[in-house]
Amino acid sequence: MSVPLPESIEATQEMLSKGHYVADRSLATALYLALKLGRPLFLEGEAGVGKTEIAKVLSEMLNRRLIRLQCYEGLDVSSAVYEWNYSRQMIDIRISEAAGDRDREQMEKDIFSEEFLIKRPLLQALEADLSGMPPVLLIDELDRTDEPFEAFLLEVLSDFQVTIPEIGTITADKPPLVIITSNRTREIHDAIKRRCFYYWVDYPDSTRELQILAVKVPNADKDLSRQIVAFVQRLRNMDLFKLPGVAETIDWTNALVQLDKIDLDPETVNDTLGTLLKYQDDIEKIKGSEAANLLGQVKADLAARQS
Amino acid sequence: MTETGNGATPPGLALLDQLEGSKLVPNIMHFGRVLRSTGMPVGPGKILDAVQAVLVVGISSRRDFYWSLHAVFVNRHDQHDIFDQAFHIFWRDPHLLERMLGLLIPQISGEEELAPEEPPNRRVMEAMNPDNKDGKDPEEEKEPEIDVEATMTASSNELLQKMDFEDMSAEEISKAKTAIARMRLPIHEIPTRRYQHSQRQVRIDMRATLRAALRSGGSVIPLQYRKRRRRPPPLVILCDISGSMGRYTRMLLHFMHAITNDRDRVSTFLFGTRLTNVTRHLRNKDIDIAVNKCTETVEDWSGGTRIGESLADFNRFWSRRVLGQGAVLLLISDGLDRDAGRGLNIEMERLHKSCRRLIWLNPLLRFDGFEPKSQGIRAILPHVDEFRPVHNLESLTELIQALNSQLIRRQEGMSEWLQAM
Repeated sequence: MSVPLPESIEATQEMLSKGHYVADRSLATALYLALKLGRPLFLEGEAGVGKTEIAKVLSEMLNRRLIRLQCYEGLDVSSAVYEWNYSRQMIDIRISEAAGDRDREQMEKDIFSEEFLIKRPLLQALEADLSGMPPVLLIDELDRTDEPFEAFLLEVLSDFQVTIPEIGTITADKPPLVIITSNRTREIHDAIKRRCFYYWVDYPDSTRELQILAVKVPNADKDLSRQIVAFVQRLRNMDLFKLPGVAETIDWTNALVQLDKIDLDPETVNDTLGTLLKYQDDIEKIKGSEAANLLGQVKADLAARQS
Repeated sequence: MTETGNGATPPGLALLDQLEGSKLVPNIMHFGRVLRSTGMPVGPGKILDAVQAVLVVGISSRRDFYWSLHAVFVNRHDQHDIFDQAFHIFWRDPHLLERMLGLLIPQISGEEELAPEEPPNRRVMEAMNPDNKDGKDPEEEKEPEIDVEATMTASSNELLQKMDFEDMSAEEISKAKTAIARMRLPIHEIPTRRYQHSQRQVRIDMRATLRAALRSGGSVIPLQYRKRRRRPPPLVILCDISGSMGRYTRMLLHFMHAITNDRDRVSTFLFGTRLTNVTRHLRNKDIDIAVNKCTETVEDWSGGTRIGESLADFNRFWSRRVLGQGAVLLLISDGLDRDAGRGLNIEMERLHKSCRRLIWLNPLLRFDGFEPKSQGIRAILPHVDEFRPVHNLESLTELIQALNSQLIRRQEGMSEWLQAM
């Protein structure tokens, strides 16, 4: 059953929150525009702020197929778009040779037909599903691939078509909903960004992060969540090589819930710091006195607010 | 969405008629032009997109209006601030804007020379009113909206000094140019995950094989082969431009310009007491324009050196963006550090771990009796893959020679100096 696209920014935000995604209105605006005007949405931001999640929620809430293209260096046409099924082609050639029933041109036409085509994500994304709705195409971590692939994407993203020399141009009847994410390990060329709506996904503020925790880890103690968020927010103001993202906050909360904690203490923080910080230098810096110090500030702060 | 999507006629255009008489559309256009003159890449296509976006979202809420325009006009995170300021100034009472411009422009342009970091405000202001730039008394009334950042001027640790490239002799220039023409950095290419046609019979290219088979009628299958394509890795140059490097910086700039234009994926940073990214300037084909732009941008020519702090800046803000794809890093510095190597060790370690290969070019090594006694040098040494005694940087020809001879001398040089410690 197909679900219609949201008709306003409010509806977009509501849809996201129904999918357990807590979004700022600014993000809902960008997403609504992208959906409404049929443009890709380009999400950039630090790791673990929920860029990929948007595509997942979108596909789930709109009841569309999610097609994911994970980018890596050297990603090429044969793994991103299509590949011929060579062994089947070979067999087919042998059979027709043995039968001797087809002339060369006909044979060439036959073995380069759709039947022998192995469709990879980008080509799949141009096809509607059974109910006739176009899928959600997630191009994940585009910054990991190289410039030649980016250039190739230009054709796909602006015209939603792919050219296969042996067959011709395949165009989407209905363009897919495209979400592109980047961790900014290098700058993506402007030509790509120009075709998209851009949104920088930032770390959430404490209110927003509390909401996210309430949705994602509902069984966590409320006071604990408050302490966790305040602690992480303070960490983000520190001089660290890699700041903890929302994903880390959620992981940490989950870990603490598993340990049956309802209150943060310095020892627990030290023991579980590895779920929050992913560089040894950063852990060394925070572990021990610094963590205790931060925790003291957090608790004093929360106590002052409650009284 | 398909009805509105990639159709031949954007639906917004049809609705434009309804807005006839209102000033919204022309204002969006003017706003786009203002952004363009601040240096943001805003073309007519973007302005059309913006109008469309606004028509879809409506103008009932200022915040939605803001984020709609933001989604269209902003392409990079660092453009956000400029957009934000321009938006708040532009979409306000237009008369107020005029009054503000009257007050502000003279003040800003008066302080232009003092302000070390060009405040984005000024760009926005200039873009809004390009004609009105004649300076009056800079000390006149101050608007609270704009605070010109002048804090850096007071820093006692820096010698803010523009370097004069004018006095380069014609002979020097021509010598440099001939040397540059022959310049190739001997950094080895690395295999990529892409393939190209090959004669060596290692990997079969199925696709080409099948086509060849069809061409020959199918009875014989002539195998075709492929091999990995090779490509030079990205190159990142960190160049020290402090006072002690003074006599080399001019030639180094030429050198960096040549490398930048010789290959793709080169990023260049200059540092003395602070780090400046000059990649875009050096991409300029004309060396004079490139060098001029560098001198304009960099504020700490021939001042002190804070290698540790500059590297910390690099590690924090740039390393993940430019070292991501297995880059080779070229550190050009004499290692003489004002902070006596404080914090340098940690930053060097981080830097070394983030790149494929770290090469250190040190002009001090032209002295035969050089020993790594300085704290800075001792902190850097353990974390470099190659320590290149660049004997004589004053002449570019010799620099290239030194670079070309890398394979012969790099291992000895490294072990020799490590033993000396």
